[in-house]
Amino acid sequence: MGRAGGPAAPPWHSLPDEVWEHAFSFLPADADRGAAACACHGWLRAERRSRRRLVVPNCYATDPRDAVDRFPSVRAAEVKGKPHFADFGLLPPSWGAYAAPWVAAAADGWPLLEELSFKRMFVTDECLEMIASSFRNFQVLRLNSCEGFTTAGLAAITEGCRNLKELDLQENYIDDCSSHWLSNFPECYTSLEALNFSCLHGEVNFTVLERLVSRCRNLKTLKLNNAIPLDNVASLLRKAPQIIELGTGKFSADYHPDLFAKVEAAFAGCTSLRRLSGTWDAVPDYLPAFYCVCEGLTSLNLSYATVQGPELIKFISRCKNLLQLWVMDLIEDHGLSVVASSCSKLQELRVFPSDPFGHNGGQVFLTERGLVDVSASCPKLESVLYFCSRMTNEALVMIAKNRPNFTCFRLALLEPRSPDYITRQPLDAGFSAIVESCKGLRRLSMSGLLTDLVFKSIGAHADRLEMLSLAFAGDSDLGLNDILSGCKSLKKLEIRDCPFGDKALLANAAKLETMRSLWMNSCSLTVGGCRLLALKMPHLTVEIINDPGETCPVESLPFDSPVEKLYVYRTLAGPRSDTPDCVQIV
Amino acid sequence: MAATAMDYAHVDVENLKATELRLGLPGAEETDKMPTSRAGSKRAHAGDHHEEELKAAPPAAKAQVVGWPPVRSYRKSCFQQQSSSKSKATAPAEVQKQEEVAVSVVAAAPPAAAGSGGSLFVKVSMDGAPYLRKIDLKMYKGYRELREALEAMFLGFSGDAASVNPSDFAVTYEDKDGDLMLVGDVPFEMFMSTCKRMRIMKGSEARGLGSSKE
Repeated sequence: MGRAGGPAAPPWHSLPDEVWEHAFSFLPADADRGAAACACHGWLRAERRSRRRLVVPNCYATDPRDAVDRFPSVRAAEVKGKPHFADFGLLPPSWGAYAAPWVAAAADGWPLLEELSFKRMFVTDECLEMIASSFRNFQVLRLNSCEGFTTAGLAAITEGCRNLKELDLQENYIDDCSSHWLSNFPECYTSLEALNFSCLHGEVNFTVLERLVSRCRNLKTLKLNNAIPLDNVASLLRKAPQIIELGTGKFSADYHPDLFAKVEAAFAGCTSLRRLSGTWDAVPDYLPAFYCVCEGLTSLNLSYATVQGPELIKFISRCKNLLQLWVMDLIEDHGLSVVASSCSKLQELRVFPSDPFGHNGGQVFLTERGLVDVSASCPKLESVLYFCSRMTNEALVMIAKNRPNFTCFRLALLEPRSPDYITRQPLDAGFSAIVESCKGLRRLSMSGLLTDLVFKSIGAHADRLEMLSLAFAGDSDLGLNDILSGCKSLKKLEIRDCPFGDKALLANAAKLETMRSLWMNSCSLTVGGCRLLALKMPHLTVEIINDPGETCPVESLPFDSPVEKLYVYRTLAGPRSDTPDCVQIV
Repeated sequence: MAATAMDYAHVDVENLKATELRLGLPGAEETDKMPTSRAGSKRAHAGDHHEEELKAAPPAAKAQVVGWPPVRSYRKSCFQQQSSSKSKATAPAEVQKQEEVAVSVVAAAPPAAAGSGGSLFVKVSMDGAPYLRKIDLKMYKGYRELREALEAMFLGFSGDAASVNPSDFAVTYEDKDGDLMLVGDVPFEMFMSTCKRMRIMKGSEARGLGSSKE
């Protein structure tokens, strides 16, 4: 630059856009690209025109047409809708999160779109038909926790998307109209790489499925539904031994040595198998059929397998290379101690409750011991979801000491407000230890008996925390105030049944604009407080959500009327216009 | 949010009392107590108990709170599907009518048919023991394994295992007709399909009846 005698090098800000676009292609993280775009107009222009992948974590944060205009070259888009607590039935079904406007805008502005993912959204058959007919190179469709569509919509996809590589249907509610969606894949179609229809309840035509699997030599992921019997699973595996990820169908049958041999042989051929899930109704008899693949498994999801006892433990103990284990609490403390000693590479553990509502007389299957053991012996463990019936501060302190590398820690004690079961004290000390020790903690869910004290610790120490979930915790607004005035990186906050009121919200209103969203239900909020918040912060949408059928207009309510459910999020688009009667935007 | 105050634990106890096998006259006082609360339940392994857990049990009535524990609706609906396909007849002791009831995976329904896949849990009571156990009959290939498992489960309590005389015990079961039968007379498969619950009898009632059957 600036060499004497030679031509002057151009000032760097007048380099052609293509150079910057190329430079930005090395910034994979959206956050980095977003930061670059803020530097100057030139970078903004270059970055937005070259953005290939767009994630919209809140579908109401922007108008879809604006998003498409701003980023015209997007090839892969992911849009998320309902807040997380919708998973637990806390949101009225008609709340919103419609995919249609997004599909329409994409059809208009992104003709070269290749990938589309929707999570917790309302997707109709018309949306699917539009997707099938609008994007000539459409390759990947992922629907996670969505509803509103039927197998007829899927039929449109399988028929219309000639280049489809991936159809991933995870935990959706799908109405089964017919099963010809699978037959709609043309006979000449061979490009399928991933197929997940585990959430479909109906029968599929097995011959068609078998032919499809046979001719798609690049098939790497296959997740079957519960209607496919074990015998057929084995047949499919013989046709697709190259498979990397398998979701078995129903994994139980009466024991027959012939069937066992067939299943075992089929698995023996799958030398590339790394991820295993499904296993509904798994019976101990057939677990040994898996033994030959155990060594290679990196991910095991037995969270729907109601099997317990020595066979389960024997099976898991052979999976020495597991990185990810999802299992039911039927594994018990003893099983987890075996996991601790066998699966030294474990990074993620999720333990689900087999009897969450105590219908079975409240048998306790596992306790804090299991988690302590695993955290002590698995040095790479960084993500935990743990349902159990009891906990102690001492255990949490030990866990915190053993595993300062936690990035995600979610503890769900089955009984609200459970104290330390030995000392009867709140679990403040335990959770404080977690946030103080785990400096990289990004996600935290707390439960049990908790006072305002724990929130002091969280506010002060949880600098990297992005998502916090609270239930039945705290004593007063001070608790919420500590969270909102601390927690520098907080993006999502979801709260239920805590004695937090308007004061803390109003005092920290500006903080809410730095966050993606806030959910509160069954707290101490009032209509007046919410209206003040909305007035104060015009870039926030403040939604008061009632139960369906309760449509009393907010304007007519007195200031101190309680607000049962509140959802607040920042948006560029202003208040949405598709609210049902039970939702009022203040 | 109004918590649906459906008192499931209470209903369960009522129905169980009706089907409880007792050697007293009908209407006689109950002395045994069902564990009705989660925190008051026991751990599986003998010698690993925290006795104070029992005394610190919260009250029996359990109002079901919406959305807690945080189990995803999708997961709940999967398990509801599973157990509705398992139980062939409406069992009197079960409250499985509404969609909202998230049914326990370990179904307490009487075993509909051996061979329906999955597990076959039955209650096992022992005279004098304060609480019952549940075992999965499908875990055992025959009577010997079953007996060994029962001995491990129950006799370990008596402290000194060596002092326990197996002939002081008789393992009985209630069959489909409601009769009290001695375990071991019929082929194991047939036993599995007719056994509704088991009871280990002790003392004078058992002496003479209990003989180790292979």
